[in-house]
Amino acid sequence: MAEVLVVVEATRELGVKKVTLELLTLARQLGSPSAVVLGGPGAADRLGAQLGEYGAEKIYAAEHEDIDGYLVAPKATVLADLVRRVQPAAVLLASSQEGKEIAGRLAVKLDNGLLTDVSELAPDGTATQVVFAGSTIVTSRVTRGLPLVTVRSNSVTPAPAPATPTVERLDVVLGEADKLARVLDRVAEQKGSRPELTEASVVVSGGRGVGSADNFKLVEELADLLGGAVGASRAAVDSGFYPHQYQVGQTGKTVSPQLYIALGISGAIQHRAGMQTSKTIVAVNKDPEAPIFELADFGVVGDLFKVVPQAVEEIRKRR
Amino acid sequence: MNIVVLVKQVPDSSMDRSLRSDDNTVDRGSASNVINEMDEYAIEEALRVKEAHGGEVTVLTMGPSQATESIRKALQLGADKAVHVLDDALAGSCAVATSRVLAAALGQLNPDLVLCGAESTDGRVQVMPHMLAERLGIAALTGARKLTVDGSTLTVERQTEEGYEVVTASTPAIVSVWDTINQVRLASFKGIMAAKKKPVQTLSLADLGVPAEEVGTAGATSEVVSHRRRPPRSVGQRITDDGTGGVRLVEFLAAEKFV
Repeated sequence: MAEVLVVVEATRELGVKKVTLELLTLARQLGSPSAVVLGGPGAADRLGAQLGEYGAEKIYAAEHEDIDGYLVAPKATVLADLVRRVQPAAVLLASSQEGKEIAGRLAVKLDNGLLTDVSELAPDGTATQVVFAGSTIVTSRVTRGLPLVTVRSNSVTPAPAPATPTVERLDVVLGEADKLARVLDRVAEQKGSRPELTEASVVVSGGRGVGSADNFKLVEELADLLGGAVGASRAAVDSGFYPHQYQVGQTGKTVSPQLYIALGISGAIQHRAGMQTSKTIVAVNKDPEAPIFELADFGVVGDLFKVVPQAVEEIRKRR
Repeated sequence: MNIVVLVKQVPDSSMDRSLRSDDNTVDRGSASNVINEMDEYAIEEALRVKEAHGGEVTVLTMGPSQATESIRKALQLGADKAVHVLDDALAGSCAVATSRVLAAALGQLNPDLVLCGAESTDGRVQVMPHMLAERLGIAALTGARKLTVDGSTLTVERQTEEGYEVVTASTPAIVSVWDTINQVRLASFKGIMAAKKKPVQTLSLADLGVPAEEVGTAGATSEVVSHRRRPPRSVGQRITDDGTGGVRLVEFLAAEKFV
């Protein structure tokens, strides 16, 4: 079976990201999954067990301090060399900022088409994308080169399928053009142990109706009880209630969790663009006319400062 | 400093947008066309760099003739001149071909700093800065929420999922920005009047030396096979809080096995 390359995303704290496990699960339907680890020294040893658990038959390990030391370009160069050599059936990356950026460089290097933000990928290479604020479903395919695809988080349910991967070390040969954007520092701002916004199965978001930065504690409390991530509407971010990296919407993150709870969010198209494909949507808003209710599977017209504390108490009681 | 800002005209994201039924390309007639919102922050950042360090700001756009509206707006905000890559053969260009055309135009403009929005509100593909950097052999500092210029050294805070990265490069370089980087100005009356006299140069594919058959629909590296409207979500249950709203919300979550 032809190889399908999966570019691994990982963090030092949490190991392989959930989206990579989703990509491995998807890759098994297309061919024989090979995980590509692009990182600093020791990265592959740290991640190997998890990659094998989700079906990686092979691990390509490119480990060099320059890969972490410079932005994006070294990863694309190593990956392009690998693709030219093994001629995989497809290359899958996460639809994260960096995943797209690597894919973009790879597309130019190989003069190859690319598809981003894909939610489904058929064995014949036909991809499904949801565009225009979730209003339109598109099927598309690469017509020059191999399927080079970035896949949106939460598009596939990750399923283990233990394999014992062989590990192949790659030579990292970089040119001057790969070492132009130097990373001086990486600063973590993630609060507590909440899951990453785009990867979370549950997202609880607050909007203008939350009223203040301090009141976001209520949003956080419900999110923590449900094991979810916290999001915010643009109105809440612009009002300074919550940091920008948690913004869900047209000019923020696109999320597609199992459960999305919108608190005090009216549901302007700006916001809907980022959450419309969530599986189940719950809304609490005091305005019965709020457009968010058009999307909600369950909506409560009421004061979130009464409804949410009662819900929090009820969840605690049930445990 | 010679600064070029990449500007893309897109259908207004606050309106209903669609693809054309005949060729699956963006229907530019179905919603009003505006400057891609994130590009406004790139224009603002370019003006700020110019104000602090001197130089000239050129707007570069590729698009159909109505893209002149977006060029005009950028000039009203304070850009000095504009270049419009305009050619019928460009319709339906994929990202790979677009990057080829823009790289050819940038090659002629020879900028120290290229600024652009981190993503467009229509495609949201986010690949253009790195594609251009790859073609031009210059640095790409992408997803900036802060840019510092010190002589020929550029340093950005790049927004990431976990926090941010501090990334640095020498000019020439391309920097893409998020809307957190600045507050955009409004065009002044003086700016609106001055824009009428600012030069707008039009370049064709022939001017850029890019063969027409390698761009547009003919040269696309990917294709949209079909599209359809996503069915509206089925109408859910809605209650008005009578003092038990929180409990009933949890009952719903429990029935759906979230609690």
